Amino acid sequence: MSISRTLLGLLENEPSYGYTLKHRYDELFARTKTLAFGQVYATLGRLERDGYAEVVGVETGEGPERRRYAITTEGVAELDTWIRTPEPATAFAQSTLFVKTTLALLSGRPPREVLDAQRGVHLARMRELTKARTRADDIDRLAVDYEIAHLDADLRWIEEASERLEHRDRAKNKGNRP
Amino acid sequence: MTEDPRALLRADDLRLAFGSTPALDGASVAVERGEIVALMGPSGSGKSTLLHCLAGVLRPDHGEVWWEGRRLDTLPERRRSAIRLERFGFVFQFGDLVPELTLRENILLPLRLLRAPRADFQRADDLLDRLELVEVASRRAAEVSGGQAQRAAVARALVHRPGVVFADEPTGALDSVTGEIVLTTLVQLARDHGSSIIIVTHDHRVAAHADREIVIRDGRTTAEVIA
Ligand SMILES: Nc1ncnc2c1ncn2[C@@H]1O[C@H](COP(=O)(O)OP(=O)(O)OP(=O)(O)O)[C@@H](O)[C@H]1O
Ligand SMILES: [Mg+2]
Repeated sequence: MSISRTLLGLLENEPSYGYTLKHRYDELFARTKTLAFGQVYATLGRLERDGYAEVVGVETGEGPERRRYAITTEGVAELDTWIRTPEPATAFAQSTLFVKTTLALLSGRPPREVLDAQRGVHLARMRELTKARTRADDIDRLAVDYEIAHLDADLRWIEEASERLEHRDRAKNKGNRP
Repeated sequence: MTEDPRALLRADDLRLAFGSTPALDGASVAVERGEIVALMGPSGSGKSTLLHCLAGVLRPDHGEVWWEGRRLDTLPERRRSAIRLERFGFVFQFGDLVPELTLRENILLPLRLLRAPRADFQRADDLLDRLELVEVASRRAAEVSGGQAQRAAVARALVHRPGVVFADEPTGALDSVTGEIVLTTLVQLARDHGSSIIIVTHDHRVAAHADREIVIRDGRTTAEVIA
């Protein structure tokens, strides 16, 4: 999963210091392993070099200087493309899918578009595997069935997430009605 | 509309309400000859209602259904039911066979109703063979397992070589291995005869047998995902 694009996504919300980004990242996405400070600063440096982020303020005092970063226009465009590009339908793509959906949700992009695009990619792969299955020998079939089962689990999550978000939106619209 | 006017079966902007409940609210579908299409969507989204409109069982309040270049939904019921008998096949979640008849008699039923020539009856036996039902062919439908009944229902839906098979959760009541057998056979036989299938399902593994899927939400069909 791309830590640099994820940090860019968090940065889009508001200009931030490295340590704020680290804590936000850990809170949202670090289920098992938190991000090292060194990695955060190195990533921010790379984002700056690539023109996706810029330094908007430096705070000096005791200790090391603290640089405040903001996303650039190019950074927003890059992030937008990344969030909207479905992941390849590998069995282990789901964590990035979760990150993209969360970032879309937090930034006011329609998460349904992310989920629908992924749904299409997953189903296409499943169709491919279902065709291959009819010609497969017993060993191949085990592998094919394993992959199908994992895609199926992802697809169920996609379906449930879509429905839940839809209910939420509908409830919100009702609430807004005069 | 982007629908192909040459499509075998086509519905444009269907709307239908049961009292004050809108079941369809802008559903459009086009199915080509020999194409297998999965229809997916949450419970209550209008899948069965759409299937019934496409098959000429229900008449939409608004919109059009076209079958082989002819308007279907405005035909009188007598004509629609004749088309259903001759050109359509149906498989439902629970076999829906006549319980007092044997499996073989159930499969022959469409041919008898159509007064098909005796020579066509051989097809029922070919299907029994292909679906591995020969041993239970003379048992009454009430006396076979769910999987056997469902395979017989598949044979009955195909015996008269229909243009389209409408299948509403055909494997919904079966375990996944039996479901897979029923489905693979349905798809293979339909491909052999060039029949189209519209299959309603909640199960992505079932949908993966189709050439493409149509998603319906709140009675509205959304972007079709093309393979
Ligand atoms: N005969 C009927 N009378 C009244 N309301 C109906 C009737 N048939 C369907 N409905 C309503 O129309 C809507 C669509 O129903 P439909 O049966 O088409 O949904 P579905 O997508 O097939 O659902 P499921 O996956 O649960 O089978 C639902 O709100 C349902 O309650
Ligand atoms: Mg239904």
